[in-house]
Amino acid sequence: MKITLKVWRQKNAASEGRFETYVSNTVSEHMSFLELLDVVNIDLVKQGLEPIAFDHDCREGICGSCGLMINGRAHGPGKGIATCQLHMRSFKDGDEIVVEPWRANPFPVLKDLVVDRRSFDRIMQAGGYISVKTGGAPDGNALPVPHDHAEKAFDAAACIGCGACVAACPNSSAMLFVAAKVSQLALLPQGHAERADRALNMVEQMDKEGFGNCSNNYACEAECPKGISVDNIARLNREFLRATVVK
Amino acid sequence: MNRLVAFYQSSIGKKITMSLTGLFLCTFLVEHLVGNLLLFVGDGGESFDAYSEFMAGNFVIRTIEFVLLFGFLGHIVSGYLVWRKNRTSRSTDYEVYRLNENSPIWSRNTMLTGSIVFIFLVIHLRTFFLPLRFDDPTPSPYFLVVQAFTNGWYCAFYVFALILLAYHLRHGFQAAMQTLGLRNSRYEGLINAIGAIFWLLIPLGFASMPIYFYFFHTMSNAAMALGAL
Ligand code: SF4
Ligand code: FES
Repeated sequence: MKITLKVWRQKNAASEGRFETYVSNTVSEHMSFLELLDVVNIDLVKQGLEPIAFDHDCREGICGSCGLMINGRAHGPGKGIATCQLHMRSFKDGDEIVVEPWRANPFPVLKDLVVDRRSFDRIMQAGGYISVKTGGAPDGNALPVPHDHAEKAFDAAACIGCGACVAACPNSSAMLFVAAKVSQLALLPQGHAERADRALNMVEQMDKEGFGNCSNNYACEAECPKGISVDNIARLNREFLRATVVK
Repeated sequence: MNRLVAFYQSSIGKKITMSLTGLFLCTFLVEHLVGNLLLFVGDGGESFDAYSEFMAGNFVIRTIEFVLLFGFLGHIVSGYLVWRKNRTSRSTDYEVYRLNENSPIWSRNTMLTGSIVFIFLVIHLRTFFLPLRFDDPTPSPYFLVVQAFTNGWYCAFYVFALILLAYHLRHGFQAAMQTLGLRNSRYEGLINAIGAIFWLLIPLGFASMPIYFYFFHTMSNAAMALGAL
């Protein structure tokens, strides 16, 4: 396949970026999108040029580091996949593909396609945890967990923190991410002690980081590689309202 | 007090305010539409005028009018603040951004549809509410309706604004449910069905009035002209 890539290049956080065009004639339809970038980078290195910087780690859709905006879609076309799971068979021979980093003020570009997602970490530090005393391991069956709660918590826990929800959202809202994290803990008995504080503090931190307000477009759900449902956002809204009343 | 301020300062607090005021305004639309159906009674506006007079003279209704004013203010101010914040969250735009492929158009343009509906509201108040409340002698409400709705331009703008209201509510009703934490994909169908009463039936009901009067009166005038021949 022949693929023309229009890639965002930016030297560092302080510099201005611009698009550069690269053509590759040796693309196989079996390659993943990251492998395509690898191939382009090998060419660049051979020419003595700076390779394209992009984030990646597991390359199997579990670490959440590889997010790219590909032809205007977070993680590219296709449902329920991260960029590393996108294959070149999703494109046609001769296609031009525009590749951009996540664009949201709380995710500043560090270099080329790499953004700083530490705003997510700070939201987690504000309440995305449970406090437990160390000591003897409790009996696994001592805490009853209803099956459907376990299922829903598990679905919410599937969030890999990739930031596609923010990138896809016209408001750069982080509600789906925060909703997944709050839901996961609110649904389980272990999360109940800090339930109200968690909802209030995580939302406060989310707002402080500069993420936009959710306007219920649901673009996030459509682009989430893990299929996190916006039902979780409704739950976060309930948790927040409840916390405001009970605290 | 601090708690309330913190609530309103938060993104979710402003949106809950928008949802509650939005739903309140929806109930107002229902009342308004039901009252206006009296226009169709066919008694030359007698029942409609009597109804309008009752509304204008009733103390409870006059009080609710103030609540309504605050409902509008709360909705507009919160909506504006949410919109303004959202405009500052992405300073660099995407080169290619395919929102059409992942979200519906009515959900992305509530500020636009809402603003045009607001302009409509101002004109609407100027045509009907202000003369009825402040003109001396008070004109017949029915007469005002006929006067406005036999003007083609006025009718066209009226219907256009109602289409935008439909778009606004197409998003708004389910969004209010979501923000209040009452939406769930298990009964999404039910919420959409109830929502359709608001976004489809109510604008249709309101639109039927200018359309009816425009054609009814134009036709009866034409018939009269024919009769005079
Ligand atoms: S909710 Fe989905 S899109 Fe958002 S960070 Fe988690 S996995 Fe990524
Ligand atoms: S590289 Fe880990 S999710 Fe894509």
